[in-house]
Amino acid sequence: MPENVAPPSEERIAYLESLVGQARIAAAVFTQYTQEDVDRIVKAMVLAGLDQAQYLARMAVEETRLGVMEDKAVKNMVATEFVYNYVKDKRTVGVIREFPDSGLVEMAEPIGVIFSITPITNPTSTVLFKCIMAIKTRNAVIFSPHPNAWHCCAEAVRIMYEAAVKHGAPEGVFTCVESPTLEDNAYLMRHKTVALIDATGGRGAVKAAYGSGKPALGVGPGNTPVYLEKTADLDMAVVDIITSKTFDNGTICASEQTVVIDDEIYDQVLRKFAELGAHICNEAETRLLGRTVIDPATGHMQPMAVGQKATDIARMIGLRVKSGTKLLVAPIEGVGREYPLSVEKLFPVLAVCRATSADEALKLCVDVNHAGGLGHTAVIFSHDDEIIRKFGDAINAGRIIVNAPGSIGALGGVYNDLVPTFSFGCGTGGGNSTMDNVNVYHYLNIKRVARRTPAHMWFRIPNQIYFNLNAVENLRQFASRSTMIVTNAALEQMGHVDVVRRSLPPETRVHVLAIPDAEPEVKVVMHGVEALNAYAVDQIVALGGGSVIDAAKIMKLKYDSPDADLDELAAPFLDIRKRVVRFPADASRARLIAISTTSGTGSEVTPFAVLTDKVSGRKVTLADYSLTPDVAIVDPQFVMSMPKGLTADTGIDCLTHALEACVSIHASAFTDANALQAIQMVFKYLPIAYAHPRDEEARSMMHNAACIAALAFANASVGVNHALAHAFGARFGVAHGRANAMMLPHVIAYNASVPSKFMPSPNQRAYVAHKKYAMIADLLGLGGHTIDEKVANLVTVIEQLVDQMAMPRSIADMGISKEEFERAIPDLAKIAFDDPSWRSNPRMPLVSELIDLFWKAYYGRTPAKVVSAPPVEQEVEVLV
Amino acid sequence: MTMNETLQEALGNLDSARGELVLDLSSLRRIDSSELRALKNLTKAAKEKSVKLTLRGVSVEIHKALKLA
Repeated sequence: MPENVAPPSEERIAYLESLVGQARIAAAVFTQYTQEDVDRIVKAMVLAGLDQAQYLARMAVEETRLGVMEDKAVKNMVATEFVYNYVKDKRTVGVIREFPDSGLVEMAEPIGVIFSITPITNPTSTVLFKCIMAIKTRNAVIFSPHPNAWHCCAEAVRIMYEAAVKHGAPEGVFTCVESPTLEDNAYLMRHKTVALIDATGGRGAVKAAYGSGKPALGVGPGNTPVYLEKTADLDMAVVDIITSKTFDNGTICASEQTVVIDDEIYDQVLRKFAELGAHICNEAETRLLGRTVIDPATGHMQPMAVGQKATDIARMIGLRVKSGTKLLVAPIEGVGREYPLSVEKLFPVLAVCRATSADEALKLCVDVNHAGGLGHTAVIFSHDDEIIRKFGDAINAGRIIVNAPGSIGALGGVYNDLVPTFSFGCGTGGGNSTMDNVNVYHYLNIKRVARRTPAHMWFRIPNQIYFNLNAVENLRQFASRSTMIVTNAALEQMGHVDVVRRSLPPETRVHVLAIPDAEPEVKVVMHGVEALNAYAVDQIVALGGGSVIDAAKIMKLKYDSPDADLDELAAPFLDIRKRVVRFPADASRARLIAISTTSGTGSEVTPFAVLTDKVSGRKVTLADYSLTPDVAIVDPQFVMSMPKGLTADTGIDCLTHALEACVSIHASAFTDANALQAIQMVFKYLPIAYAHPRDEEARSMMHNAACIAALAFANASVGVNHALAHAFGARFGVAHGRANAMMLPHVIAYNASVPSKFMPSPNQRAYVAHKKYAMIADLLGLGGHTIDEKVANLVTVIEQLVDQMAMPRSIADMGISKEEFERAIPDLAKIAFDDPSWRSNPRMPLVSELIDLFWKAYYGRTPAKVVSAPPVEQEVEVLV
Repeated sequence: MTMNETLQEALGNLDSARGELVLDLSSLRRIDSSELRALKNLTKAAKEKSVKLTLRGVSVEIHKALKLA
């Protein structure tokens, strides 16, 4: 409508502008009011409305020639008393609701100026209702009543306005457009000061409201289906339907339109209708009604019938009925254009339709619902809960009224606890923005004040950890009928398996599964699961490095939960607590005891397991605390014979774990305590363990350090160093620890600089990675005056450690050509970015930055020297 | 003197305001519709006469009402 409507005259625009100006000032002034102010005003308005309910009803009937005065008086009372009862204790100013647990507070913000269109069918009650809602929410309203109901509406506005202003409401809070035209409505709908259009009325008004481009509450026509099911209380149902359909001569758009009746009760129901004053039409009468009260051209009801008495309609069309007839009941055979009476009829003509089964009845109701009633109202009379549920499921209606009259039931607060309203939202089915019974909350902008809430943190580790020499003897305390030792052939040959076997309780049947000494593949895992099932094991002892322990973790997962889909469980996630794919929670069938034979991965205490996908050359990381072993044994006797290269690689892996956990966004005082301890132990004992492999203390301390570092990263996770190393290691077949060593100096420098993108983290109050590195440098006594110097010193001592262990300082040093590396870079960057490890990095990496880091690692750094300066006295700062 | 009277007086004094007019609203707890209209008129008149109108002591609530009016 607005696009095609000519603008009003200049004189008329000046008039409309004066209304808008008044409303704008009133809305502005109103923002200063308190809850007590508006509640006081609302109460006064409600009392005024109640006092004038009959007067306004009489005026409405006289002016509109629609409906029943007595019913309109009741509607006016519902619009005041019932609405008041609903809103009186509702908070609509300032803080309206608080959620202490989530730190959320809802606050009310008035909308401002509302342009409101009101209908001819429920004129004064709609005005009373909207006035009360507006004052309760501190809004100003410009009313544009239906032209044929203007006087009674203007009078209702006056009564409300005078009561409101008398009790303190701002002047100009309500105005009413005199002799409103389509041009006026179009102008006001598009006015920049009008914040919301609330259109209750016919299709045209609602469509115009939504077409204006303004936020709108447009609620329009319906077509209420009723299912009268065989288990219903028929006496109650018939009375309710007559009450509802004749209430105000059927002008409420929620009133019953077509009643679908089960075959078994059909005749009985029609007799009851007749007994209570309905006229049951024969076929000819039904045809007569269909071609007279429904416009054959449009298929919509004829205005001349709207709101008229049944006897008057009968007289108009030449139908002979008894005097006092309340309702014309017209049997129809189906729904659609060939059955004109199956549409909305806002007058006391009711279509009825026989259904031979519940399914047919539901389908007929769906047909009525789709014949102009989508989103509005539906009614069912039944005592069969399953049928009621099916009806609710099948019908698209904002109000599904059960065992009560449709019109009065939908108004709310009388027959049920629906919110009292005179505006029925019909949802998207009806082209509306809401499906609710429109109420005060639709007249408010609700602001949400969201306080920063620290994410929950945790420190989850195995139930028991046994450490130091001969800790393996603790196995004896774990009763088991059938134990599987998962290990590799080399460890078996070294006699480690025998040590474990001797430590188990004598009654335990022991089986050994030797798997390849490589990162586990799916087929290895599945073979292991078969063995676990074959021996019905109740205990798994994983004896080995990270690969063996990871394999055992996944075997146990598949043993406990055969249906677990490893590909699905490896789905990426940003936050382990909010991951989409959940690990199965089946009961554990076997205890998992992990005995590490290297001093690096810490897999014996972590919730991670890595699978290698040979096809893609990619590592798949599984992460879930259900993977954490039940018991960890950290016994240095199993690492005394580690070769030097493995000592170096695993030692740097351990250091990387500790450093990354320390600067992780999930770092806590709990993880820091472990990470910092591990870092100190690495710098003290790794060079000794490397240079003197049989040094029992150094081996023991490094073995403990690896476990302690793992306790930190099991809870704080790792970072971008691991993402890079995973990608690089898998592509070029480089040991994990060695791959970490290539990246470590560059990642520290990267994390210590100002990030191009910060990582969102509610638990971090500031960016502290550089300070933490400096703190580590201080802990190691490296000296340095500034944070930059301390970070540089930390990088230098790491490089010196790498040098001490004769490890390469760059990827180029490893003999990988620049051309080969350059070809690999795009894949490396993609795989590294997909790796979940960096999700806890303090700095969010861009792909371009990952590429830059790869190249830095390729070329390596020029050897540096530690800046020698005595450590400075520092104020202790807690950085987590 | 009521707020409306003050605003009326200020309107009358615009010509002699020598380029600037300062209104102290610190005693005003809440502004009503007529006062807001009068203040808008004064603002408009001051602008027309190139008089800088400065409001002092305006509460947050009144400030918001002025922004919305």
